[in-house]
Amino acid sequence: MPHKIILVKDTGAVENKGVDFNTMLANQLRDSGAAEKASIVPVADIGVYDKGLVLRILPDNVTYSNVREADIKKIIEQTVLAGKIIEELSHDGRDKQLRIVLKNCGLVDPDSIDDYIRAGGYQGLRKALLELKSQDKVIEELKKSGLRGRGGAGFPTWMKWSTAKNQKTDQKYMICNGDEGDPGAYMDRSVLEGDPHAVVEGMIIAGYAIGASKGYLYIRAEYPLAVKRIEKALEDAREYGLLGENILESGFTYEMEIRLGAGAFVCGEETALIASVEGKRGTPKPRPPFPAVKGLWDKPSIINNVETLAAVPQILSNGGDWLAKIGTATSKGTKVFAITGKIKNSGLVEVPMGITLREIVFEVAGGLLNPEKKIKAVQTGGPSGGVIPKDFLDTPVDYENLGKLGSIMGSGGMIVIDETDCMVDLAKFYLGFCVDESCGKCAPCRIGGYQMLQLLNKISNGEGELADLDKLKRIAYAMQKASLCGLGQTAANPVLSTLKYFEDEYKAHIVNKKCPAGKCKYLLMYKIGEDKCKRCGVCVKNCPTQAISGNREKGFTIDQVKCIKCGNCTEVCKFEAVAKE
Amino acid sequence: MAVKSLEIKDKEVREKFKEIERFIGSEHKLNDNQGMLMGVLHKTQEVFGYLPAEAMDLVSDRLGIPTAHIYGMATFYNYFTLKPRAKYQVFMCKGTACYVAGGGRVLEKLQETLKIGLGEVTPDKMFGLNITRCLGCCGLSPVMQVNEDIYVRMGPEKVNAILDKYRKKETKKRKVSK
Repeated sequence: MPHKIILVKDTGAVENKGVDFNTMLANQLRDSGAAEKASIVPVADIGVYDKGLVLRILPDNVTYSNVREADIKKIIEQTVLAGKIIEELSHDGRDKQLRIVLKNCGLVDPDSIDDYIRAGGYQGLRKALLELKSQDKVIEELKKSGLRGRGGAGFPTWMKWSTAKNQKTDQKYMICNGDEGDPGAYMDRSVLEGDPHAVVEGMIIAGYAIGASKGYLYIRAEYPLAVKRIEKALEDAREYGLLGENILESGFTYEMEIRLGAGAFVCGEETALIASVEGKRGTPKPRPPFPAVKGLWDKPSIINNVETLAAVPQILSNGGDWLAKIGTATSKGTKVFAITGKIKNSGLVEVPMGITLREIVFEVAGGLLNPEKKIKAVQTGGPSGGVIPKDFLDTPVDYENLGKLGSIMGSGGMIVIDETDCMVDLAKFYLGFCVDESCGKCAPCRIGGYQMLQLLNKISNGEGELADLDKLKRIAYAMQKASLCGLGQTAANPVLSTLKYFEDEYKAHIVNKKCPAGKCKYLLMYKIGEDKCKRCGVCVKNCPTQAISGNREKGFTIDQVKCIKCGNCTEVCKFEAVAKE
Repeated sequence: MAVKSLEIKDKEVREKFKEIERFIGSEHKLNDNQGMLMGVLHKTQEVFGYLPAEAMDLVSDRLGIPTAHIYGMATFYNYFTLKPRAKYQVFMCKGTACYVAGGGRVLEKLQETLKIGLGEVTPDKMFGLNITRCLGCCGLSPVMQVNEDIYVRMGPEKVNAILDKYRKKETKKRKVSK
């Protein structure tokens, strides 16, 4: 029987009238003679909320919520010792999350290499260097696993590595892309801060596979803790002989260092990232030649995302076939999503590929923030992605399916949108981000993005014409076809996908001059409803432009010419008498 | 024009220049001098709080890279700034989660209260206002950062109280120093 780990999240200690579950669990373990067979780990978060005492038992991955004193004996005897699941305590049966990349996050001390090794760390590296002893065999394992790049495009990792491996040159470089710029996605940060050794180990294995002697970790300067943790991890790895000369006596020599980013979204693009490491402005170059052939300082270089690299050690230690069993036919393994927006439990979730969006939103993340509102769409892939309307929520999530719907997997941002969000406004937000972050090198992205943003502003200000929609589409296609790098090619995706599924909403802005969600403030009109108004006059005092006139006898009205639509009156009214139209 | 640290009269600035020179001396070459540039600029900003023109000249001289290129770097990357920073730098998150949760209204309120635009500093150098693209606290959105302090679940109504906290801190400091 494998050693079991019991995770305990006890936020309800006060409600439990001071009963100490940890001690009770430990006592029961001892009484049942299982003290040696399981360990208890108190954790801060399991991802289940408002459900009293929560236990998760690993490796079974079963979660029990609302556990009471009387249940403890049953849990230990049936689940810990006999491996049976107690249905009535189980939280949604088996948890739909499957943690591979985030396996150690929050469970091992990120500053302790010993902790990481105890959790099975550096076994992948050992296997690569001392058992497989061949670059080809390492790449073969990656091929079997079917791992694809987690940074966005989903290019098969083994193919990249194999290209670089076959280059005959004196010097090759391995680069880790930790320039996480997608607003609303922070899985790379969590892995770098929570499990730095997994990334370091992945980098060493990758360096060995392609024949590099030098690795760079490119990390955002905005993540000082991640930098500190990685620095410590590199230091410790060096001390343990896992980095530097003759690693594990295998004859393989490899060094690594950190390079800081400086806040440029475009540096997530491979060739721009390389320019940045070289000490230049982060502007992309036309490809080919691909970096795997001619990259950093014109030498073959492989750039992999943090999440991709963090999955590598376990692929090696468990074998490629292990990962290939998880996921769909074309997309293997798991993906971490940063789910936010109008959702009950915001946060990081790691799910197997092929799970449906509905399962992620309503089961893993607990459903909508306000259950009375209706879900409208889910936006995936950040500023390069698109929206997926609610009719397609049952689509299994993988690279191909999201692509077919006009969105992308991207780095894993996932925003849940309800009926109070305006699609024109959302498209404007994402496009505005890409316009801000465009490096300005190529015209389609620099000018196209700006012109599209002007058109969207025009529409949300109520000055749009129907012809503008065609103009938007034409510019968007030009950007997709002619831009130099991924940023420009995908910047129009949010606009195109909202136009595809929510054209009615655009038309409401243009033809009816109304914003159905009540977000675009130039199309709103604030009115005081006579039936609800108690004539208290609070709104008059709070109006910055003195647009509200009247008196307590006759009631109050808003002068639409003077009104600047700041929304103060709606906010201060205790009787919900000021309505937006 | 080359800058010699000895020619600078202000003692404090001279020390800072020397610190940067020491850093350049201690850094190992990364392929070529240009490979070191990013690290050196980070150090310079750490020492001065921003990138003054004289410091860029110094770096140019020591690394043998045209100042024009260094200026190009400094203006390309958001992290570098050419203006001195305020005592309290306010960053409002404009990431997607904060945006959906109504961060835009907090930003409007900040601009209105401080009477400055984005990237500007109040005349008394107390507050500066900027946006940031995600602080990684999306579950607690909207999020605002003042120097090292993070404020979560922000709303326009909380702005004044938070700014007052820093104003009071400064007044107290002044009283003590008198």
